[in-house]
This record gives sequence, structure tokens and C-alpha cells, in this order.
Amino acid sequence: MNEWLTIAMPKGRIFEEAVQLLRKAGFPIPPEFEESRKLIVDAPEANMRFILAKPMDVPTYVEHGVADIGVAGKDTMIEEERDVYEVLDLNISACYLAVAGLPEYEKSDVNPKVASKYPNLATQYFKQQGEQVEIIKLNGSIELAPLVGLADRIVDIVSTGQTLKENGLIELETIVPITSRLIVNPVSYRLKDTVIDDLVERVAQVIGVEEQV
Amino acid sequence: MSKLFMFEKPLGMRDALPGYFQTKRNVQRVINDEWESWGYLPVETPTLEYYDTVGSASAILDHQLFKLLDQQGRTLVLRPDMTAPIARVTASGLQNQHFPIRLAYHTNVFRAQQLEAGRPAEFEQLGVELIGDGTSSANGEVVSLMIEALRKTGLTTFQITVGHVGYVNALLEEVLGNDERADDLRRFLYEKNYVGYRQHVENLPLSSLDKKKLNSLLRLRGDWRTLDEALNLVQTPAAKEAVEELQELKTVLEHYELSDYIKLDFNLFMHMSYYTGIVFESYGNNLGVPLGSGGRYDELLQQFNRPAQAVGFGLRLDLLVEALGLTGAVPSQTCILFSPERRPEAVDQARRLRETGKRVVLQDIRGVEDVDQLSESYEDVVSMIGKKKEGASHE
Repeated sequence: MNEWLTIAMPKGRIFEEAVQLLRKAGFPIPPEFEESRKLIVDAPEANMRFILAKPMDVPTYVEHGVADIGVAGKDTMIEEERDVYEVLDLNISACYLAVAGLPEYEKSDVNPKVASKYPNLATQYFKQQGEQVEIIKLNGSIELAPLVGLADRIVDIVSTGQTLKENGLIELETIVPITSRLIVNPVSYRLKDTVIDDLVERVAQVIGVEEQV
Repeated sequence: MSKLFMFEKPLGMRDALPGYFQTKRNVQRVINDEWESWGYLPVETPTLEYYDTVGSASAILDHQLFKLLDQQGRTLVLRPDMTAPIARVTASGLQNQHFPIRLAYHTNVFRAQQLEAGRPAEFEQLGVELIGDGTSSANGEVVSLMIEALRKTGLTTFQITVGHVGYVNALLEEVLGNDERADDLRRFLYEKNYVGYRQHVENLPLSSLDKKKLNSLLRLRGDWRTLDEALNLVQTPAAKEAVEELQELKTVLEHYELSDYIKLDFNLFMHMSYYTGIVFESYGNNLGVPLGSGGRYDELLQQFNRPAQAVGFGLRLDLLVEALGLTGAVPSQTCILFSPERRPEAVDQARRLRETGKRVVLQDIRGVEDVDQLSESYEDVVSMIGKKKEGASHE
């Protein structure tokens, strides 16, 4: 008896890295599998179906149970606060969340504005800092905001710092390190416990975090 | 704000149209019959309760409560669950009744409206509470009742997962000593954040053996054999007692011949402080959220000045219907189509048919928009139109 697992993942690099992980863990996923442009790809050999979604939407698919498990960045987990199990730190696509701004940025008390793709997370962070700011939600190209004067700072993920540099921005504060997490729907976690525990254990071994399981 | 559409409803509120309503009612009847055949007596309590009493005693988080103000400016809540109101009733209206008390309910409960469309702010819950009985037989009875009720609805594949809050608390205390540090880990369990839990454990000033013990907790799940692992992990009497309680639950469920429906998960942690002993949730195959949940709450009733052990659970009717699918076709109806001159005859015929248990619609032909369409929507149409003939003609 081998149950199918539906796995939600972000398109692109994370998908490739995650599929590599699964292969190393001994799941027979066919070669060149990652190059498909379909939104749903099956790997019948491994009893797996992959749903390729926007990174921010992965926790949503998992919470509603249309995907049993998912790979989501810690940033989206904090932002979305979905009711899912966060079972494993996959240690892939490491980056961090930071506050950035123009080099000449100076703290001002006159209604400071912060632009971000993560309004909840940014609100939480500045609350903890005791700083009063207005959060402006953007959907991408956040670096634009300080350049055109929409906001004086931004909250965004930084991996190499290249994008910030190219746009003449500097990092002001580090918020929290981010990695991709393996998340599980609460019902699947119980109903498909054997398959899921097996997968978690095998993947944990590959990433060398034995105490994780 | 834009103008409201004529047909708009407040966020999170739902209509039940005939097909859905019928299904819902069929399911609800089956379950209520089951409760009552086990001797649980149905009760009703008001929709509104005081926030300071029932609201704060409920298992539902503060920000999920649907709050409003009464004329004196006191905060009210639309009842978020039935357990707290039943505790209130047990300590007041039923205060002279001896324990154990077995009560059942079927009612709508409320949650604060959520911006994400489609999350219900009002839904129906069915449940039972067994108050004043702390035995393992009581635990087993309530879990069995949940299984039997789900079986009676026709749900074919479902599972109950059982955990024990007392065990988790005892294990954490055994290793960590103080309650504050245990609270941090409890929060990670409650938030389902196992990565955070492990990271937190890693940073605690503990021996590697103790760390291993804490991490082992996350793996304590599976069939009944998990009980042995759980027992090996702990030393304190409180923890051993919790395992013993689950062992007894297994025995009781075996007597009910229902133990196959159960899996164990010691990390089932549905609330920070509400439950005290066994906890359980039920899952259906095609649903992403639990169908129902319950457990032992031995500390709730003392908040209403009548300390008593108690165990109970609630099932969500809307989710059950979702899991079952629309099964309740509107029952077949007969239509007697009459013209005014034959009304007495039609009324008489309708009465006789209704007495035999048939559902009969009596329809004046002059009020019909489209006769063909009308004929199609009934199983049987009896025409009593025009001059009286011998007997009624069937179409």
C-alpha cells in the first residue's frame, strides 16, 4: 500500500533544489523532470504529484489540504500564519530578511514609510522595535520604493545583496534568517502518517540533521 | 464604502438552500438519534453570553470571539462553543442534579469574521459532554460515541487521533523542571512549529540525553504500540499515569470493538491550557481540516464554582456535509393541480394522501407559471381540472 503524496512547491530554483533532495533521499524522480513547464507534474514512480505555485501561495494550498505537503520559505510562513505543521528545515535557498534604504537615510519622526511584500511581517517587526511606521504593500520590485520616494525604507529578503547594491541601496538592519521549510497539512499529517514520516526521515538524513527526526 | 448589493450577506454568513439543508438535516438527525440512544439529553443555551464569564472560559482564542456590547456597555460574545455554556448550566440550572450528567447539543456557534472570504463566521456544531465522571470508561464512552456517530452518517473512511496533554506536560516538566520553560515548548507544539521546537531545544542548557528526550516527543505517534515507547521515555508518576490512562482507553475501546479507528499522536496539542487529559480529533479523507475534536477538561467547571471532571467533543456539521457530499435529495412530492370548482375534492384528496405519509403540494392551476415545468419537478401530478369526473386522472 503506497499512498500518493501531493507536494506544493514554488517554481524555479527551489523546485530544482527540492527535487534534488528527494532524489538523494532515494525517491525515483525521472531526470529532466524539473524542466517541465506544466503546473502539475506527476512522478508516478515515486507516487508523487507536484503542484507548482507562487512561493507565497504554497502554505495556502497546504492549509486547505489540496497539497499534503509543501516547501515554503520561512518568510512566507511568518507572513501568512497558516495552520500547517512545519516539520523540517530543508536548509535550502538560505537568505535573510532585512530593512534597507538609501545610504543617506536618516531616521525621521515625520510619518516614516516602509514598503514591503510582507506587510504582516513588517508590521510585526516594527511593533517589536517600538517604532511607528506606515507599511505600504507592494507586490515586487520593492527596491523602487525608496528610489522614487514612495517609502524611505523597505523590508525584503536579501540573498547576495546584489539587487540592493545595483540599485544603490544599503542594508540597515537584519531581521531574521530564512530557509525553506517542509510543511504538512494537519489532516494529511495524521491520515498519511506512515508515508510522510518516511519521507521526512529520509530527507532529514540527506540534509544531515539527524537530531531533526 | 460601496453600496451593498441587495442580496449581500455579512462576511462569513451562509444560506442553506433546500438541497443542502436537507442533507444537513439528515446528517444531524442521524447523529442526534445516536446521542439520544446513548442517554445524552439535548439542551439549548442562549446565543449571547457574557464575555467575562463564558467568553473567557471558552477554548476559543480571544481574537476569534465575535464580540458586541449590550445596553449597559458590557461585552457580550456570540457563543463560540457549547462547552463553556454547558459548564455554566451544570453549575447553575442543574446544580442539584447528581453527577454524572450526560448532555448533548446541536447549535450554531460563531467566530469573528475573517477577511478571507468564505471562512464561516457561523456554523453548526453537534456534541456531547459527560460531566462528573473521571473514569477511563467515560473517556472510552465519549470516543466511541464519536466513532459511532460518524459511522452512522455513512462516512466510510475516517480516523480518530488520540493524544494526552497530561503526558506532554509531565514530560516537559520532568526534563525542564520549571513551567515557564515548558511553556515556550508548549507554544511551539501548539503552533505546530517543530522546526522552532528543535531549534529551541538545541539552545537549552541541557544534557544531550535530555535534549534527545525532548526531541523524541515529536516522534511519538503511530498505532497503539507507541504506548510502549511513550512509557520508556518517562520516569515521573504523572507521566506514567497518563500512559496508563491511554492503555485503559485502549482496553475500553477494545470492549466497544472500535480500537481499530484510533491512532496515537502525543503531539496533538489543540490549546495552550484548556485540556487536561486525553485529547482527540477526527479526520475525514477528503477534508483539509479536522471534522471534530474533543478531550478531557477537568479544570473548566471549577471556574463556575462546581468543580468536576468532564470529557466531551464537538463535530462540525458543515464539514461533515462537505465530507459526505450532497446526499439529501429533496424527498419526492406529489402535486395536486386543481381548478377552483374542484377545490373541495382536491383538499380532501390531499388530506387523505398526507395521512398516508405522502408529501402533497396543493396547487391552483391559475397560479402556475409553466405547467410543463411544474409537472417535471414532481414525482407525481394529479390533475383535478374542469368538470368533475369519476375518480382522479393521473398524468
